Amino acid sequence: MNDESTLRAGEEPLAYAGAVEERGPANVALGGRGVATPAASGRTTAGRALSGVLASRWLGPCVALAALALPYLNSSTYVIQIAVDALIFVMLAVGLNIVVGYCGLLDLGYAAFFAIGAYTSGLLSTRFGWPLLATIPVVVAAAVLGGLLIGGPTLRLRSDYLAIVTLGFGEIIRITANNLDVTGGPNGLYGIPGFGDFGLRSDIALYWVTAVVVCLAVLFAGRLGRGRLGRAWRFVREDEDAAEAMGIHTYKVKFAAYIAGAVFGGIAGVLFAAHQTAISPPSFNFLWSALILMAVVLGGMGSTPGVVTGALAISLLPELLRGAENWRYLIFGLLLIAVMIFRPQGLLPARTGEARRRGRRVRGGAS
Amino acid sequence: MDHFIQLVFSGLFVGSFYALVALGYSMVYGIIKLLNFAHGDLYMVGAFAGFTVLSAGAGVLGGGLLALLAVMLVAMAATGGLGVLLERVAYRPLRSAPRLSVLITAVGASFALEYGIAVAFGPNPEVYQMGVSDGTLNVLGARLTYAQLAMTAIAVVLMITLDTLVRRTRTGRAMRAISQDPKACLLMGVNVDRVISRTFFLGSALAGAAGVMAGVYYGKIDFLMGFVIGLKAFTAAVIGGIGNLRGAVLGAVVLGLLESFSVAYIGSEWRDVFAFGFLILFLTVRPTGLLGERVTERV
Repeated sequence: MNDESTLRAGEEPLAYAGAVEERGPANVALGGRGVATPAASGRTTAGRALSGVLASRWLGPCVALAALALPYLNSSTYVIQIAVDALIFVMLAVGLNIVVGYCGLLDLGYAAFFAIGAYTSGLLSTRFGWPLLATIPVVVAAAVLGGLLIGGPTLRLRSDYLAIVTLGFGEIIRITANNLDVTGGPNGLYGIPGFGDFGLRSDIALYWVTAVVVCLAVLFAGRLGRGRLGRAWRFVREDEDAAEAMGIHTYKVKFAAYIAGAVFGGIAGVLFAAHQTAISPPSFNFLWSALILMAVVLGGMGSTPGVVTGALAISLLPELLRGAENWRYLIFGLLLIAVMIFRPQGLLPARTGEARRRGRRVRGGAS
Repeated sequence: MDHFIQLVFSGLFVGSFYALVALGYSMVYGIIKLLNFAHGDLYMVGAFAGFTVLSAGAGVLGGGLLALLAVMLVAMAATGGLGVLLERVAYRPLRSAPRLSVLITAVGASFALEYGIAVAFGPNPEVYQMGVSDGTLNVLGARLTYAQLAMTAIAVVLMITLDTLVRRTRTGRAMRAISQDPKACLLMGVNVDRVISRTFFLGSALAGAAGVMAGVYYGKIDFLMGFVIGLKAFTAAVIGGIGNLRGAVLGAVVLGLLESFSVAYIGSEWRDVFAFGFLILFLTVRPTGLLGERVTERV
């Protein structure tokens, strides 16, 4: 696969034929490699300084600290509200990044897991009076079940089937929530309790709970991507056949990614339910799934700092550009195409521990 | 019994819509192995192109079948051209790129088309100003409107034309060849790019025709109408065996009938759930579809 990526620039016909062949998902958007865009080669001093900052090990803790300290800086209800939304979006993007970025599976119905999480915790807390915290294990179980249901049949097939099946699954969940009486039909559920206020203003308490959960989730996802399983995911993404030949059980590995993504989505759903206190089916439509995907793609698939930045950008931009909804989505759509053509690795591409070694092995292939 | 036949007819009618869209899906998939998520949106654009023609030529065009045909031809040309443009701008640069990139591009294209139309025409539904005569016909105790009959006939004619095109013409042969082995085609001097462009043109034009028909029949169009039909068409293509043209038609008819009966016995609010559930079931049990084989004639 490495050879193919180096050929890509010049040898159109051959590369084309290669792409059409039944080879599975090839190498996707790995930090600048093989994607000979002018942007990657002509780097300025400022760019190098920026990437130095991004590579710094202190970046993560600093951002986390800033997130936790926000209520001290500005505690207006508006800011806290927006910040909780943004953090939940970050969690969703990080979860989807496991599926799309690490493992190279396209999930177009990610909002389904978000909905499963929100509805499960909403139902248990409003109809049965469970405290919200106690619903989390059930939410995780429900998300896993949903992942099994969808992943089971489709992960064995070519990866593009998964994309469209998840798209259908997202619709199924939304329509089901809309039709059932138990979920409140089109009105949805309301009066969902929070996590408690710990003697603070209730929205600030929720903000801190969210911030802690999301920071832990980001940390967890980042470390997951660097471990043994993460390496297997990247291998599957780069070349599924080769991965299989090297003894990776690709089905299991893909399943793991899909389930991990589902659990992240489910927990984000709990946070969302607590934050909104009322949920209804339109909150979980395809637009959500597409926006989360955009955050992942624009930020840089497989790159935790990139995805977090992308998510923050996508969730905060609307606050600045209010009123021009349709224009915004039109631009997002065009941007997706442009990013894939000109900078498939995203704005802040992934840098893994193997980056330096990879440079040497470009011709050698996977050994 | 009457009820049963009525359900069969309405299933066949809906199925012929799905078939027109599914054919394009299947053709594009057959030839470049791309799931064109924007395909359903091309159907939507077709409906809006027809709407534009209708509002521009409201005085000149009467009601009637001829006017419908004229509007359809214009809409087909417009969506066909758009399909070619889409392929040229969004998909061709990525042909050698990893599959995930192309899929994401297709999602972006779908988004761009939807919200481009929303920007151009406004987000509210538009009303089609075209009443096709409302007479009904009794066949075996079931009621059929002339509009349904005419549209099913048009759809069938379009399908037969496409089938002949693919089976009998030079371009058709080139398409079938590329779907089997693009590399060999290149070596044999087939102009692969041009054939792919033509495939996009044909597939998109069919979707555009279906869009106009939907606009005339349902009377209302909006910029998100392509989303669900795209999914349904994909389901139909999978049921029939994706990449197989006759399979796509068969799958569409099967899906139309299934939906028609499920609506009657389960309830219309579950229609989409039923269709997608069927897709998942089908992928579990027989992912190659009814007519799909490992070695099958594709395009």
